Amino acid sequence: MQNQLAGRGTLLRDRVFMWLLFISLAIGVLTLAILLIYVTVKGWPRLDLRLFTNMPSVRDAQNAGAQSAITGTIWVISFTALIALPTGVLAALHLEEFARPDSRFQRFIEINIQNLAAVPSIVYGILGLAVFARALALGQSVITASLTLALLVLPVIIISTREALRAVPRNIRDGSLALGATEWQTAYRQTLPAAIPGIATGTILALSRAIGEAAPLLLLGAVSFITFNPDGVLSGYTTLPIQIFNWTKESREEFQVLAAATIVVLLLLLLAMNFVAIWIRNRTQKRW
Amino acid sequence: MNQNGDITMHLDHALSPRGASIPLEVSDPVFTLDDVSVFYGDYEAIRNVTLPIGKNEITAFIGPSGCGKSTLLRSFNRMNDLILGSHLKGVVAYHGTDIYGPDVDPIEVRRKVGMVFQKPNVFPKSIYENVAYGPKVNGAKGNLDDVVEECLTRAALWNEVKDDLKKSAYALSGGQQQRLVIARCIAVKPEVILMDEPCASLDPIATAKIEDLMVELANDYTIVIVTHNMQQAARVSDRTAFFTAELDDNEVRHGRLVEFGRTRELFSSPGDTRTEDYISGRFG
Ligand SMILES: Nc1ncnc2c1ncn2[C@@H]1O[C@H](COP(=O)(O)OP(=O)(O)O)[C@@H](O)[C@H]1O
Ligand SMILES: [Mg+2]
Repeated sequence: MQNQLAGRGTLLRDRVFMWLLFISLAIGVLTLAILLIYVTVKGWPRLDLRLFTNMPSVRDAQNAGAQSAITGTIWVISFTALIALPTGVLAALHLEEFARPDSRFQRFIEINIQNLAAVPSIVYGILGLAVFARALALGQSVITASLTLALLVLPVIIISTREALRAVPRNIRDGSLALGATEWQTAYRQTLPAAIPGIATGTILALSRAIGEAAPLLLLGAVSFITFNPDGVLSGYTTLPIQIFNWTKESREEFQVLAAATIVVLLLLLLAMNFVAIWIRNRTQKRW
Repeated sequence: MNQNGDITMHLDHALSPRGASIPLEVSDPVFTLDDVSVFYGDYEAIRNVTLPIGKNEITAFIGPSGCGKSTLLRSFNRMNDLILGSHLKGVVAYHGTDIYGPDVDPIEVRRKVGMVFQKPNVFPKSIYENVAYGPKVNGAKGNLDDVVEECLTRAALWNEVKDDLKKSAYALSGGQQQRLVIARCIAVKPEVILMDEPCASLDPIATAKIEDLMVELANDYTIVIVTHNMQQAARVSDRTAFFTAELDDNEVRHGRLVEFGRTRELFSSPGDTRTEDYISGRFG
């Protein structure tokens, strides 16, 4: 008697498809792994404390470090967050909770935000140069860089905040409003707190993109070697991607090693930020 | 009209299923609906409802799903305002004041008329904060421990949660969550409590607890409950309104009020064959 439950055997087509999926995945993972191993091996001789304690130099490769780039990155990204986070969250809150979704103005704004998120970063550099550096005469300063990067991440923060707000169920808002809370009370006491994990995740990912940006800052004129830490928002600055860019332009092999070591620092910073974002997301998954 | 005083008394008041003495006609209305129709855009979900809600009575809305019971219930506390495109015709009067009148603040209406939803919608906060939320948004300052204890006690939940007030409300069972929603509602000191199928997602034991609680609360509050469960309406309510959905000349469905009366009479001798069919289970 024939066994009716016997499988038909794995079809060739299925197996080919599985392999295609696997290869696609492997390409992504392998590229990242090779890159990481390459820069780590190459930068290894200079991956030590000097990177954090010493200032950059174009002459003395042995004692050059990236301290001003590290502090510069922290300064620039902190002010970027300080500007973009409240602006983005309030804008999203308005669009999601208060604006009438049927108005033409609202739809116009929505399409614009989607478009802004797709604008190449160098275009923001041009805007920053014209408006912040020149028109507002803020020059080549931390605040110019922060304002420019804030514009760059703003659409992403708005979009991810709106998604986080939308994920808060309607019946939480109804419950609050039915108790005689105003729409504003409902927004800041219920909807916003419930959306914080999603907002945090989206913001961290947006900021980690901004940290890696060199193009808009180069356009703003951040090309010189800066051998001091910023001491205010109007101070000059350099950042990790700019410093890497500068060293890779040097012909001496020592500077290539230094660049590789700095890339490792930058990558670790980005990985750490993404790890925090994933951790927040997993820790607060689905309560309703 | 009956000439004999004794018989009139007897006819006028009758004991409701929960044992309350209920007059034939609503004598002390909290709400009176006069020719109320509610629209979603152009669609008239429920039309021409005229109905009183008696003070400290439990009024049940029954009828097949989609006949506009929830829609009508949400017009008592202006929750329909939050649905884009919805509007109302007719008069919803609360102690004689049209709550859709020009100088009425819907927020004030919602402070007087609380609501319990079909799915327990506790807030993602602690049990304590869930109860304290209403008083806080209504401007209460200082320590709310006493209010929280009193409301949880009234909602028959205090003994089960008194040691876990700081725990998340999500840790509670569905039935406990629904009682927490009731506690949260009475913390605002409303006069009326609207309940939209409050037991729809609960098991029979949890349902029985909520029903006991409703009967208990009717001493101090006016309750309007929408229910799918006819036995529930027959067990707890003093008056019942039966709704159905009917096709108009253009083949569009609208909810209509078919019959309104004291629960005992409506269930034992319905005045309309549609009511009779529905309560005897012969309805779709
Ligand atoms: N937000 C809404 N927008 C449009 N139509 C709705 C909305 N809510 C309910 N309706 C419609 O109104 C009618 C009555 O719905 P509802 O009041 O929920 O009925 P019930 O509570 O008796 O089941 C239904 O036809 C339903 O589809
Ligand atoms: Mg309903």
